[in-house]
Amino acid sequence: MPRLIFDEDKCKGCRLCTTVCPKKIVVMAEDRINAKGFHPATVKNQEECIGCKFCATMCPDCVIKIVKD
Amino acid sequence: MAKKFLMKGNEALAEAAMRNGCRFFFGYPITPQTELAAYMAKKMPKIGGTFLQAESEVAAINMVYGAAGAGARVMTSSSSPGISLKSEGISYIAAADLPCVIVNIVRGGPGLGGIQAAQSDYFQATKGGGHGDYRLLVYAPASIQELVDLTAKAFEKADEYRNPAMIMGDGMLGQMMEPVEFSEPIDLSSLPEKEWATTGTEMKRKKNIINSLYLSPEELEYLNIKRYEKYAVIKEKEPMYEEVYTEDAELIVTAYGTVSRVALSAINILREEGYKVGLIRPITLWPFPEKIFDERSKTAKKFLSVELSMGQMVEDVERCTKGRSEVHFFGRSGGMVPGKEDIVEEIKRIY
Amino acid sequence: MEVLFERPHSLSNVVNSYCPGCTHGIIHRLVAEVIDEMGIEGETIGIAPVGCSVTAYNFFEFDIQQAAHGRAPAVATGIKRVHPDKFVFTYQGDGDLAAIGTAEIVHAAARSENITVIFVNNAIYGMTGGQMAPTSLVGQVTQTTPYGRKVENQGYPLRVCELLSTVEGAAYIERVSVDSVQNIKKAKAAIRKAFECQKNKKGFSLVEVLSTCPTNWGKEPDEALEWLRENMMPHYPLGVYCDYTDKD
Repeated sequence: MPRLIFDEDKCKGCRLCTTVCPKKIVVMAEDRINAKGFHPATVKNQEECIGCKFCATMCPDCVIKIVKD
Repeated sequence: MAKKFLMKGNEALAEAAMRNGCRFFFGYPITPQTELAAYMAKKMPKIGGTFLQAESEVAAINMVYGAAGAGARVMTSSSSPGISLKSEGISYIAAADLPCVIVNIVRGGPGLGGIQAAQSDYFQATKGGGHGDYRLLVYAPASIQELVDLTAKAFEKADEYRNPAMIMGDGMLGQMMEPVEFSEPIDLSSLPEKEWATTGTEMKRKKNIINSLYLSPEELEYLNIKRYEKYAVIKEKEPMYEEVYTEDAELIVTAYGTVSRVALSAINILREEGYKVGLIRPITLWPFPEKIFDERSKTAKKFLSVELSMGQMVEDVERCTKGRSEVHFFGRSGGMVPGKEDIVEEIKRIY
Repeated sequence: MEVLFERPHSLSNVVNSYCPGCTHGIIHRLVAEVIDEMGIEGETIGIAPVGCSVTAYNFFEFDIQQAAHGRAPAVATGIKRVHPDKFVFTYQGDGDLAAIGTAEIVHAAARSENITVIFVNNAIYGMTGGQMAPTSLVGQVTQTTPYGRKVENQGYPLRVCELLSTVEGAAYIERVSVDSVQNIKKAKAAIRKAFECQKNKKGFSLVEVLSTCPTNWGKEPDEALEWLRENMMPHYPLGVYCDYTDKD
């Protein structure tokens, strides 16, 4: 089962990852802001992730690490 | 007695560079130094070195920056207008603390100027042709033998201080031929390792960065201060000059490079006529030999700076004689060279 | 636990200086991924330009030199001549490569210098706040073309791949884009091919990467990708412009 790990304080809130997730589960965390003052990207419904890596591929800041447990 | 070769200045300089570990030369044709590049083109391949004619002097000096940053002994040569083009690169090289040798076979200026001998790049060489606080070691040979010896010194001191060094000749020195001796080629492996160079980390060390950009003013000022501590050491240890008949001299001529030989001929004539005239010949234009001027200005009443320019080194003579002596200037420019009679006449006029 | 995706080793684990959504960050990662996958981090020497990526020396783990504006190909030449067995690449923007550095890039190609050039084309001067670049499109509004770039005043945008592919020394030239996941994968393949070209000593290789500048284009990051597709791609067609890598 693939799992997304967000290095949240490196996220600049550009949202590009959210535009490419085929399952629409990568979203911006509206409930918090990171060290840079942005809403960081995060994942909801992690279990729906298919490990396609689109989000990480599109991210300009290497915020997203993807592992498989 | 080592073997003597009758050689043109430009070529002797190239030969000396290669014998002193220079394996990379990036140049561009410009009279009156082009024979240096042509000599390198012929000989470098024979010793496994690289000669490359760049698309411009700007490209050439940046190739020097890259090669020096990669740890090699590297040289470039040009003449006045070419050195102007290279001045930005020279500032970067000084700012990145990179050793290299830059040759300027000076020609009449400004602008495209002429192709005959001149010394009108003194300010450019010693007061900074490029931007920012930096200095070049500047060597001014007066003979082909000295040109060869100072080439060895330039490479040695450039590496020692991690600083660009300039050899400033003039059109005559580049073109004329004189017998000259060469030292044996040095063994490259004897050169000190440059652990700061970009050679590839081989995954064994942290990355090396060759850079001159410091957006934090604190950092940039700190580096400037550090560099000026280095320059202070150079000013203390590295000045070179020659003195002739200065002990009892009433009037001291100051001249460097080929025109100092003309001045010496004039002085010898005057000495026979009983004039107490001497010569101070700076060999390093930076660091300028300040102490000897400070010293001799206590005894000599007058100084006469003779240059192939409209008067540039004379300002340093004035500065270093501290108002104790009268300082005069006599010069020709645009490629004109004074004869010894002209200098004799001038000295008699102000003696 | 198996790792499906992570920061490449040769890409420093720092926050880079690029604006949110600027695709410089993606291109940096692709270069680092290729270098990791070829196992050449220890033998790579990079050259950073002047422009937004001037501080690229902070973002990579291998040796790197910062070059004067436009002179990276000359600096790379100097390095490559000293270390012919090392991997030498320049990372340059459109102002650096196609304005002040035009002579250096043309002659590095003409000499077929065995180096790789990563040329990031975002049709604007980003670092200095959004001025016209040599690749700014006709009609494009910038700080120095406030009424839109006019042909009669500022002429036409330069097509670098087409220009350089006429130079005999060019061994491999391709234009790619990082506007979508699919194109990012193709861009990586092109960068890999360019580094292989250098590895096999085939001569000069260049990959032009169409990239965005959300801040100075005045667009949201995803809108900027859209703008790139609709406006830049028609003028800068993607594709291979020359490939002599199989020629011995």
